[in-house]
Amino acid sequence: MPETTFLDANELVINMGPQHPATHGVLRVKLKLDGERVLGTECIIGYLHRGVEKIAENRTYAQFTPYVDRMDYVAAVTNGMGYVEAVEKLLGVEIPPRAQYTRMILAELQRIASHLLWLGTHALDIGAMTPVFYTFREREEVLKIFEEYCGARLTTHAFRIGGLQYDLYDGFERDVSKFCDYFLPKVDEYEQLLTKNRIWINRTRKIGVITAEEAIALSVTGPVLRGSGVKWDIRKAQPYEAYDKVEFDVPVGEHGDTYDRYVVRMAEMRQSVRIVRQCVERIAPGPIFGKVGKVLKPPAGEVYHSIEAPKGELGYYLVSDGTVNPYRVRVRPPSLINLQALDVMSRDHLVADIVAIIGTLDIVLGEVDR
Amino acid sequence: MTMLDSAFKFVMATPLLLALVKILIIFGVLSGIVAYLVYMERKVLAFMQARLGPMRVGPWGLLQPVADGLKLLLKEDIIPAGADEWLFLLAPAISVFAAFTVFAVIPFAGNFYVTDINIGLLFILAISSLGIYGIILGGWSSNSHYPLLGALRSSAQLVSYEVAGGMALVGVLLLANSLSMVDIVDRQSSAGVWYVFLQPVGFLIYVIAAVAETNRNPFDLPEAESELTAGFHTEYSGFRFALYFMAEYTNMVVVSCIAVTLFLGGWLRPFASVQALDFLKFAPILALLGAGIFILWLGLKSLVKLERYFFVFLAAGCVVLAALVAFPPVLNAIQGIFWFGAKVVVFLYAFIWYRATFPRYRYDQLMNIGWRVMIPLALANLIATAVLRYFWLAHHAAAAVALIGR
Amino acid sequence: MPSLNVAKEQLVAVCQFLKSPEGGAYAMLTDETAADYPKREKRFDIIYHLYSFQGNNRLRLRVQASANEKIPSVTGVWPGANWLEREIFDMFGVVYEGHPDMKRLLLPEEWVGHPLRKDYDILRQDEAWVKTNLGIESGQ
Repeated sequence: MPETTFLDANELVINMGPQHPATHGVLRVKLKLDGERVLGTECIIGYLHRGVEKIAENRTYAQFTPYVDRMDYVAAVTNGMGYVEAVEKLLGVEIPPRAQYTRMILAELQRIASHLLWLGTHALDIGAMTPVFYTFREREEVLKIFEEYCGARLTTHAFRIGGLQYDLYDGFERDVSKFCDYFLPKVDEYEQLLTKNRIWINRTRKIGVITAEEAIALSVTGPVLRGSGVKWDIRKAQPYEAYDKVEFDVPVGEHGDTYDRYVVRMAEMRQSVRIVRQCVERIAPGPIFGKVGKVLKPPAGEVYHSIEAPKGELGYYLVSDGTVNPYRVRVRPPSLINLQALDVMSRDHLVADIVAIIGTLDIVLGEVDR
Repeated sequence: MTMLDSAFKFVMATPLLLALVKILIIFGVLSGIVAYLVYMERKVLAFMQARLGPMRVGPWGLLQPVADGLKLLLKEDIIPAGADEWLFLLAPAISVFAAFTVFAVIPFAGNFYVTDINIGLLFILAISSLGIYGIILGGWSSNSHYPLLGALRSSAQLVSYEVAGGMALVGVLLLANSLSMVDIVDRQSSAGVWYVFLQPVGFLIYVIAAVAETNRNPFDLPEAESELTAGFHTEYSGFRFALYFMAEYTNMVVVSCIAVTLFLGGWLRPFASVQALDFLKFAPILALLGAGIFILWLGLKSLVKLERYFFVFLAAGCVVLAALVAFPPVLNAIQGIFWFGAKVVVFLYAFIWYRATFPRYRYDQLMNIGWRVMIPLALANLIATAVLRYFWLAHHAAAAVALIGR
Repeated sequence: MPSLNVAKEQLVAVCQFLKSPEGGAYAMLTDETAADYPKREKRFDIIYHLYSFQGNNRLRLRVQASANEKIPSVTGVWPGANWLEREIFDMFGVVYEGHPDMKRLLLPEEWVGHPLRKDYDILRQDEAWVKTNLGIESGQ
């Protein structure tokens, strides 16, 4: 115990979370503070660990599909999509174009919903109270479409290995186009509240800066990586489904700060609308299920498949031993790996910035802890 | 009747008793206003945010403040194990006392105030600074990290903004030549111009400082819920929490009252010196009638039978009140309090509006604005006012007023 | 996806080469994980998925290890391996050499057992830990 005098500044160790309004779940961050300045952070995670990968080894391939929805529970559709595609790759199944376009539409809508949730909570963390209510209003519209399609709003279990279980309901295309028309002006509305707001700019510019080199070294992916100026999107780089047949841009930032990541995600929502519109145009009647047997018994082997989830690269590594149960399922969770950058990003910042940085990383604890 | 009469005379003749009666009235009315200010805030915020706000307790949630108050009264009063007990108990009381005491010198109308002391403005500054102790002691005595950080933030924030806000007030003081609140309004009346037009910069600085001093968004750092959970009152519960809550909202009313008195002509109606606008004195009648119609409209929309009756009853009450107010003596009597109240409500609405609009400043940014922008600006404003007042303004303002007055 | 088997002694050198421009510029360690084959002599597979932005291709590395062998850490090559290796240690009990902070990531630090090993039954739990820390008989 070092001797301290009255004038010595003492380090203050604060436990932020696991019950704290701004940690987006049960994240616990130990902060070492000098006054309000952060000297170091340590994440303590695992409060939501459910052993998803262990569960997978005791289920069949099809039985495990609903479980993946519970990881990133605010983007269940993309989670499910990654998993079923990985199994399809293992089985060597082609899925018909109608199913592909349906998946893309729902996945992009899910990206919008996920980004809306991020925007609302991120703004709330920085003290802007109103955007969260607006974004939830629009997110509700997306969830209504999901509910109409598959009966569930949050953990959708929307896709099946080999295609879709349900064909689209009547009026799906109309609903989706209506949402696209309704949604774009709303994005402008959010931007009116925030983009040029001086306080917002002060709170996000030069906050949580991560350079492209640092980001790549820390395996950071998704909008966080693009915010640092790396133009890399798996939908473009290694297209899956029919992403090579639609046109869209990959928005990138410049400085890798919180503001740039905000701009990137706002632009991504617009691009998602663009993709959805193209898919609605191209979707044609046809089969929705590929040639898949009743019992899923993939040949022995291994496969790694990754997709661009709203939060970054969501990868599935599957090992099959030729039985009905997967031998090993590994999920590469974008949230966990992006969260690792918190320490680098929060160096020499104030307590208030930690909150902004956790928000800008857009983590979901269900996925961090699995 | 005679007994009542003589009692009335006795009260009027005994200054101390008269003051006591006024204090009771003001305290009672103000507590109600503060409670319904919370209701107003929740409703206005809700309407700005595409929701409805409290709707369950009473028609349109009108009884929500009562329910909240009862709930807070009945909650367990928790004192943390490591807390400095006496200070912990004392701190919220200090906050509330300081907030309510200020009303002693605020003139709600030309003839309705508890007291008019010749150092009124100084008194207000002194007492409202005392309120900071409530926050600092509360945060410190909780013996917990988040409250301590909140208290540190608030002490720094309040002290620095007190300086800027105080200097902005000195500008008015120079113009009015008096510290008495009543005198300041009277001077605005005789000058024929509200001081906000002579002191626009000072007004702006004061408004910003007022938002900061009341810990309201975008300067609500001492209790920033996403950073410090609840800031200085994290460890408080039940009635003691309610006291802090009340103090915050009372402070909002206080700073609004000060701003209205000093810059917006207190109880004077807009353009008090323009005879052509004398018809504005019927505004209270119109306001009551308007409220009646609005309530009736709400009631007719309502699907619940009982609620419909209640609203019709309320609307009828408004109309009766409007009729009562239409009597010339009553109309003249309530002129001051009506305009004062209206201006204060506009101010309070602005407070709520800020909360719905702005993100929160960061601690160091807040201090930067305070020390690098606000205080130099206030100082410049003060010096400019002093110089102008000495050489030029007094003469020309009089001429200008004479021009407008005609 | 091409796959390479690497001996653990050469692992760090191979990784460094792969990261360099001559080796294909595999700048990003996308994922690092393990799989357990208890019937083999070297029961663990440590699997690295690399990505190269230049070539836009992925590469899988595989290192085999027995239960009591230490694996060299690649945190020196890709700092992002830090938590991933901690998770593997947590779930499989594979110990890394040269890792800056070798402790459990998801489970409590005092937990006994490594759940993703094949011999760890899905219903098993560290009962002593559950009893002392949660004050209940069973976490199930």
